[in-house]
Amino acid sequence: MSWLTADNLALIFGGLTALSILLYAILDGYDLGVGITLPMNNEQWRDTAIASIGPFWDANETWLVLAVGLLLVAFPAAHSAILHALYLPAALLLLGLILRGVAFDFRAKVKANRKTRWDYTFKAGSLLATFSQGFMLGIYVMGLEYNTGSIIFACFSGFCVTAAYAMIGNAWLIGKTSGELQRYAIKQCKIAGVLTLSGILAVSTINPLVNANVYQVWTQPPMAYVFAAIPMLCFAMFIIGYQALKRLPLPADAGAWLPFAICNIIFICSFLGLALSFYPFVVPNQLTLYQAASSRESLIIIFYGAVVVIPVIAAYTAVAYYAFRGKADGLKYY
Amino acid sequence: MLDTLILSRIQFAANISFHILFPTITIALGWLLFYFKVRFDLSQHPVWMRAYRFWVKVFALTFALGVVSGITMSFQFGTNWPGFMESIGNIAGPLLAYEILTAFFLEATMLGIMLFGFHKVPRWAHTLATFLVALGTTFSAFWILVLNSWMQTPAGFEMIDGVAHATDWWAIIFNPSFPYRFTHMLLASGLTVCFLVAGISAYRMLKGDNKKAPKLALRTALLSAAILAPTQVLVGDFHGLNTLEHQPQKIAAMEGIWQTEKGAPLVLFAIPDEETKQNRFSIEIPKLASLILTHDPDGELQGLNEFAGAHPPVAPVFYSFRVMVGIGMLMLLMAWWSSYSLLRKKELTPMQLKILIGMTFSGWVATLAGWYVTEIGRQPYLVYGVLKTRDAVTTVPGEHVALTLTMYLVLYAVLLVAYIKTLFWLANRAVEVEEYDLTRPGLAETRAASGNALSKGVGTGATI
Repeated sequence: MSWLTADNLALIFGGLTALSILLYAILDGYDLGVGITLPMNNEQWRDTAIASIGPFWDANETWLVLAVGLLLVAFPAAHSAILHALYLPAALLLLGLILRGVAFDFRAKVKANRKTRWDYTFKAGSLLATFSQGFMLGIYVMGLEYNTGSIIFACFSGFCVTAAYAMIGNAWLIGKTSGELQRYAIKQCKIAGVLTLSGILAVSTINPLVNANVYQVWTQPPMAYVFAAIPMLCFAMFIIGYQALKRLPLPADAGAWLPFAICNIIFICSFLGLALSFYPFVVPNQLTLYQAASSRESLIIIFYGAVVVIPVIAAYTAVAYYAFRGKADGLKYY
Repeated sequence: MLDTLILSRIQFAANISFHILFPTITIALGWLLFYFKVRFDLSQHPVWMRAYRFWVKVFALTFALGVVSGITMSFQFGTNWPGFMESIGNIAGPLLAYEILTAFFLEATMLGIMLFGFHKVPRWAHTLATFLVALGTTFSAFWILVLNSWMQTPAGFEMIDGVAHATDWWAIIFNPSFPYRFTHMLLASGLTVCFLVAGISAYRMLKGDNKKAPKLALRTALLSAAILAPTQVLVGDFHGLNTLEHQPQKIAAMEGIWQTEKGAPLVLFAIPDEETKQNRFSIEIPKLASLILTHDPDGELQGLNEFAGAHPPVAPVFYSFRVMVGIGMLMLLMAWWSSYSLLRKKELTPMQLKILIGMTFSGWVATLAGWYVTEIGRQPYLVYGVLKTRDAVTTVPGEHVALTLTMYLVLYAVLLVAYIKTLFWLANRAVEVEEYDLTRPGLAETRAASGNALSKGVGTGATI
């Protein structure tokens, strides 16, 4: 196919990598968020909260493997540069993911008196993984450099991502639970939402100030008018979301999934905002998509595979979500 | 100054050694669960479901450990071995991408249905999900062994300015050592699971568990092992011949052959001495190595002297090979002996049960030893004849690698202890559970609560 030039393939794979990162942030975001705000004072709530993510977390984490994998196979030079700079925070991210992944399974199988210990591990692991992701994002935004300013920014970014995941995690719980736990989730979601909004506002202000390119993207007409729709939509979603949370829960559980849907839009807007800020760079200000892409023949092989397989993945993922629709009940192995 | 190369090698070895323990179990355990599930669907006999329910928990725990340690692996390439992808990314990339797309998503998504979906989806869909999980783990093994085999016996590519470019994907996937290595690993997984299932079931029986499920699992495992063990000996032999053809220095290190010779003896045990280039305290059987490898008692075998500076360190390869073969033989003997007892006397003696408990994790040791043989045996190359290990390493400071290495080692030690303790704890708990009513077909809770209660996932009985 002649339209599959090296440049078009670089763009397609850039898009696929970005899509995997976005899907990862939304999907593992909600299950990490459930872990971050796990109510340590109520064991039954913990069981229900964890049951709500039980059938999904494995597949959710696979999006991270796909994102890192696509970066590795499609942009090997960028993969090396990014992970070289993020060596230690990446190790902490992995530590967090390992701890929470195993805690999830151990908690259901060990002696009763050890269960709480694994629940703490689950919570701590979720927090560590999330904060590390935000920290890595912050260092990335700052051009993969370490200095006092960038580290402060990265810590702040870690805090923002934690708030955002807590927000989407509790929005998920609102849809998946009922009664007292649902009310608890609504309260948590509200707090996390306010924190997320202030984080997004701060990052949106700092980012164009420190990156000249970013400033240009968002101020240069005519595209700046089009791009302006993204932050406006995002902020509108915060307002609608807050109003919805104030009114929930409604009779017959109406609108229980509204906060989660709104969180999805907020995540998509924020992600688009970041992606547009950095395009065409895959390593900020150093390496573009087009410079970093693998050879055409290798990308074509993966492209054909992806075209066939990704719709299949989407289909069976939909089946899994359909099978586990409705409120979460006790987690039972069969 | 700490050496980044050696630390990165230790870290990669630690990560991949820890990781492979869990896929080695899940690959074959997935198929065993599918077998249990199909037997239940066909017979409606509750004992099959009971066996399924116990082992699906072990599967879930093992799978989780495999996933999280696998995610670590996917980061290692970039963090510690950037030269790997820069040099052969055009080959390794598509193979890894296909593994993620065709295997990882399939197994991770279907696992949710397999573990928690028994009352949420139709019976056939649950069996199908179990099948797809097993298929996913096997696909995963397929792709990663394609890549590993390609690193041992690269084919179907050309080098342009130090970068590998694919010329023939069929030749890359079905590279010369792939069929042997893939079969060898699948059988290793099978044997590991047979002895794991046998060991845990024997433990339950020795603890006074008189239920039918552990007996049935034990029988299934031992009879399977009795077939798999000799098959593995045969496949291992073919694999060795294939290695002799493509990587003769690995064979020379495995057999401790320092000088090229005709009618080489089989060294049963020795202490290879890299300084003097000979074996000390050697116990040998004359001409047997030549006979096994060339099918001629006076056949010539190339010695390490032919590969000066380009052969692996001898001692670790030599010892690992003997550990692998030794455990393999032990498995063969134990599988046949206990299968014979089972078929003839219908039960095992307490001593046999105890030996089986001792061998619960023997498959892990043999599998690791086997991987050490083939991976250390590939040194000093990362990709045989194409890329040296030292040329692919990162420039991250050694201190950072030392820090992460320490973190991983502590974490893996804790997790391994927790894993093994949890397995035996699950076994202990299963001992105490009451037997089902085995006189009627189907599951008690399914009979009691037919209709809408089931679809909501309530009305469940014992969970083991």
